[in-house]
Amino acid sequence: MYTYTDFDERFVRNRVAEFRAQVARRIAGHLTEDEFKPLRLMNGLYLQLHAYMLRVAIPYGTLNAAQMRQLAMIADRWDRGYGHFTTRQNIQFNWPELRDVPDMLDALADVGMHAIQTSGNTIRNVTADHFAGAAADEIEDPRPYAELLRQWSTDHPEFQFLPRKFKIAVTGSPNDRAVTRAHDIGLRMVRDASGAPGFEVIVGGGLGRTPMVGKVLNPFLPREDLLPYVEAIVSVYNLLGRRDNKYKARIKITVHEHGIDEIRRLVNERFEQIRPTIPPIDPEYFAQIEQSFALPVFRAAPVDGYEATRAADPAFRAWTDTNLAPHRAEGHAIVSISLKSHGATPGDATSEQMRIMAKLAERYGHDELRISHEQNVILPHVHKSDLPAIYAQLRAAGLATANIGLVSDIIACPGMDYCALATARSIPVAQEIAMRFDELKLEHEIGPLKIKISGCINACGHHHVGHIGILGLDRAGVENYQITLGGDGTETTVIGERAGPGFSADEIVPAVERLVLGYLDLREAPDETFIEAYRRLGAAPFKAFLYPQEAKANAA
Amino acid sequence: MTRDFTPKVVTASALLEGDAVWLTEDDRWTRNMAEAELIEDEAHGDIRLLFAQSQSETVVGAYLADAKAGEAGPEPIHFREAFRTRGPSNYRHGKQEAGPNF
Repeated sequence: MYTYTDFDERFVRNRVAEFRAQVARRIAGHLTEDEFKPLRLMNGLYLQLHAYMLRVAIPYGTLNAAQMRQLAMIADRWDRGYGHFTTRQNIQFNWPELRDVPDMLDALADVGMHAIQTSGNTIRNVTADHFAGAAADEIEDPRPYAELLRQWSTDHPEFQFLPRKFKIAVTGSPNDRAVTRAHDIGLRMVRDASGAPGFEVIVGGGLGRTPMVGKVLNPFLPREDLLPYVEAIVSVYNLLGRRDNKYKARIKITVHEHGIDEIRRLVNERFEQIRPTIPPIDPEYFAQIEQSFALPVFRAAPVDGYEATRAADPAFRAWTDTNLAPHRAEGHAIVSISLKSHGATPGDATSEQMRIMAKLAERYGHDELRISHEQNVILPHVHKSDLPAIYAQLRAAGLATANIGLVSDIIACPGMDYCALATARSIPVAQEIAMRFDELKLEHEIGPLKIKISGCINACGHHHVGHIGILGLDRAGVENYQITLGGDGTETTVIGERAGPGFSADEIVPAVERLVLGYLDLREAPDETFIEAYRRLGAAPFKAFLYPQEAKANAA
Repeated sequence: MTRDFTPKVVTASALLEGDAVWLTEDDRWTRNMAEAELIEDEAHGDIRLLFAQSQSETVVGAYLADAKAGEAGPEPIHFREAFRTRGPSNYRHGKQEAGPNF
């Protein structure tokens, strides 16, 4: 994977030193909060409901064992012994003290990590398909391009004060696991007629209070034009985006107000203007970046032991059924480690669990780990013969929950348990749904189902693209939960439809239960998933499960 | 005292730790909401908030929050303010760690 050059190292160290001085001046009273706030936000430091929160970037969700171990060390030394992995493939520490943050940032710099541009109206951490470089369905590993974008966007002098935050996602697969259509810019690798890879450029997607599916700005962008083209988009947005109204400032509104054709015209104009001024990427330099993402050498070995264990151990078999994904190399698999054990906080890992995952990556996984936007951890390159040993160690650490893609594999934002912007809690709802379906022992029978929960309209929990989305709101001083149905965050992105009136905190879990059990009665066959049944039947029968009283009244 | 004024407390986050604090009648910042000054007059509330906002070296983001008189002192009305007196619901971290009162 990519390791810092001397330039990267110096840049990050200087930034830590600068922030250290800023923190000292704040504590000494030489900076007011108004002066300090933008400085701390530039370095990923938020002030939340109960404490500060440090959001650390995990570029394109890739990290190695040493980095994971350092996150564990930071959690133990300066936080509460755990970290929270987020829907932007970052990690958040929920309890740092202001004085300690510069030391935490130095500790991150020790392993080539930082918290720069994890907040503020800048280009945020570029996210990527968490199976990048390993997936069987991939055209090409998109991470060298994501790294290029990271270098280009970090401290970009023109783009430090955009109208609003700006999020880019990249995928190299036709099956979109990076939610590219819900990003400010989504890049999907495609091939042109001659078979050469390039990018489909999607712009203006986003969730939040005005959810929008991104539109195709350019169906095929040659790879060598990536930086000038993306620069042209952000540059057009920087001038055109609204600064008069925070809620209309994202590029999705700019695209909506001006129309995709006008945006395309402006971007092309700007692109033609700046392309000659941006030197093409030095092929030698890019080759070095590509080299740092080169595939490991995969070993050829028999998988008999794996098959035998599968046959003998039903728990192992269930785990392999749900938590493995097809790998590009013969005899290998992609392992998803669930951070969603029933009743646990989605996305949280203890420092001990982080160390175990680091050890497994080192021992069995070519020293690579990924964070998924679904808040799980991935071992991307594992030989199947190692799976029984990995499973045993995961199990001992409480990390072997066999639920990837199932009802309890819930995305949940921190909600009002931590977040100052939240209007209701998300975590307890996720915990209770997971516990309830575990109790019912129906999870595997229900099959693939994506539940996503946000604790406010900003939609960090991606509720709009959940098959079942839950949005927590404050209704007259009481937590209230709205359900959306039929959302989809893949290459066929759909914004879910609001089902009807919200439910109280006591009613929301029973409502979800009625919905899911109702689906079991409606499906044509066990392999018709919830979302397929919803698409076949429409919202009406599902609404009837949610609101049985109304359905009865209508029938009468 | 104005008739339709909902009583308030002044609350903020501590600069160094970032946790919730409340302003007392004798100008201290307390971590126990029950010790806070319950403000029953709008004009007095404005004055206390201005005072709090001048304490930039100690606290961040001072604001007035609705409260009511309880047995031991002021109590929160809104659930958000109630959470701030305790901590998160998924772990026993934050103020609730301190003891059984929370």
